Amino acid sequence: MIELLVKSVFQENLALSFFLGMCTFLAVSKRVDTAVGLGLAVIVVQAITVPVNYLIFNLLLLEGAWAWAGLPDVDLTFLKLVSFIGVIAAMVQILEMVLERFVPRLYRALGIFLPLITVNCAILGGSLFMVERHYDFGQSVTYGIGSGVGWALAIVTFAAIRERLKYSDMPKGVEGLASAFIVTGLMSLGFSAFSLVTP
Amino acid sequence: MALTHHLTAPLIGNNPVTLQILGICSALAVTTTLATAVTMSVALTVVLCLSGGVISLMRHHIPPSIRLIIQITIVASIVIVIDQFMQAFMFEMSKKLSIFVGLIVTNCLVLGRAEAFAMRNPVLPSVVDGLGNGLGYSLILLIVGALREVLGTGALMGVPLLTTVADGGWFQPLGLMQLAPSAFFILGLLVWLVRVLRPEQVERPEFRLEASEDGRP
Repeated sequence: MIELLVKSVFQENLALSFFLGMCTFLAVSKRVDTAVGLGLAVIVVQAITVPVNYLIFNLLLLEGAWAWAGLPDVDLTFLKLVSFIGVIAAMVQILEMVLERFVPRLYRALGIFLPLITVNCAILGGSLFMVERHYDFGQSVTYGIGSGVGWALAIVTFAAIRERLKYSDMPKGVEGLASAFIVTGLMSLGFSAFSLVTP
Repeated sequence: MALTHHLTAPLIGNNPVTLQILGICSALAVTTTLATAVTMSVALTVVLCLSGGVISLMRHHIPPSIRLIIQITIVASIVIVIDQFMQAFMFEMSKKLSIFVGLIVTNCLVLGRAEAFAMRNPVLPSVVDGLGNGLGYSLILLIVGALREVLGTGALMGVPLLTTVADGGWFQPLGLMQLAPSAFFILGLLVWLVRVLRPEQVERPEFRLEASEDGRP
C-alpha cells in the first residue's frame, strides 16, 4: 500500500511523467495561491472519483456483472468512457456547490478553474489507469489519493518557480510558454530521479 | 476564401499547440516514436471533424446551461467508436497508446473548438475548422515524434537511418529522448522557434524591467 502511495506521488507523477493535466498545469500556475487551491480541489476530486469509478466499473460494467439479473453475457465495458466522465462531471458539480456554500473564499479564488477540472485529463487518466492496471478497491483508494497529491505537488512547485522567473530577463521568444515548457522539463528530469527510490 | 482561411490559419499562425496551448497532454505523451504520433494525429483529426460537424448540426437545440455535458457526451461517443475500432483492427497500436486514445475525450482542443467555433457556425465551416486544427496539431506531433525517434533510437518508423554504436556504427542513441523530459524540451524549443519567426505571438509581459544605471537593460 505504502509502496503504491509513494509510487503514485513521485515515480509515476501524473503531471511530470505521464503529461496528464498539462493544459491546466500550464494555464493556472502563474500564482502560488491559486495553484494551491486548484491542487487541493484536484486531490479531493481524484480521491473520490477513482474509487467511485472502480465500483461502477466492477459492479455495473464488467462482463458478468449483471449475472444476478439473469444477464450473464452482458459486457458493457465499452461504456466506461461515458460513465467515467459522467461521474467526474457530477462530482465536480457537487464539489462546486459544497464549496460555494461552506468555503466561498476558495470558491471565488478558483473561479472558472473548478468546472475545468471536469476536462482535466489527470482525473480521467487516473480512473483509466485504475482499470488498465486492475487495482482492487483498497488500491484504487490509495492510488486516487496518491496521484492527486502528486499532481498538486507538481503544480504548486511549478507555480513557485514561475513566480520567481517573472523577474528574470529572458530572450524575447522564450518568455512565457517556451520557458514554462523548459522548466517543466527540468522538473520532470528531477522527478525521474525518484525512480531509483524503493520504499 | 473564408473556408481556406479556416483550414490554413491553424497550421502555424494560430497553431492549437504552440499558441492556443490546447491539447498538450497527448502531444507530449504519444510522441516517443513517429508511428504512434501519426496514429494519434489521425485519430484526433477524425474526432475533431466529426464532433465539430455533429455539434454544429445540433447547435440550435442545445440549451446553454447544460451545453458542456452535451458536448462531452457527443465527443465521448465518437471517441468510443474510434477506440473500439482501433482495438479491433490495430490491437498492437492501441496497446502502445494505452489510455491516451480514451483521453481524447478530455483533450481541451476538442472541447475548445466545439465551444469556440462549432457552437456558433454552420456545419461546413465547423468541419473545415476541425480539419485545420487537427492538421495544425498533427504538424507539431509529427515534428516532435520524428525528432524524438531519430535522436532516441537512430531509426524512423522502425527503419534505421543512423547506424548505432550497437550495430557497429557511430551514432550513440540519446536515451533521454525516449523519456518524458525531452518532450518538454523539444516542445519548448519549438515554441521559441515559432516565436522568433512570428514575433507577434510573444505574450505581453506583465511588467517591464527598468533599465539599470549603467545603461544595461
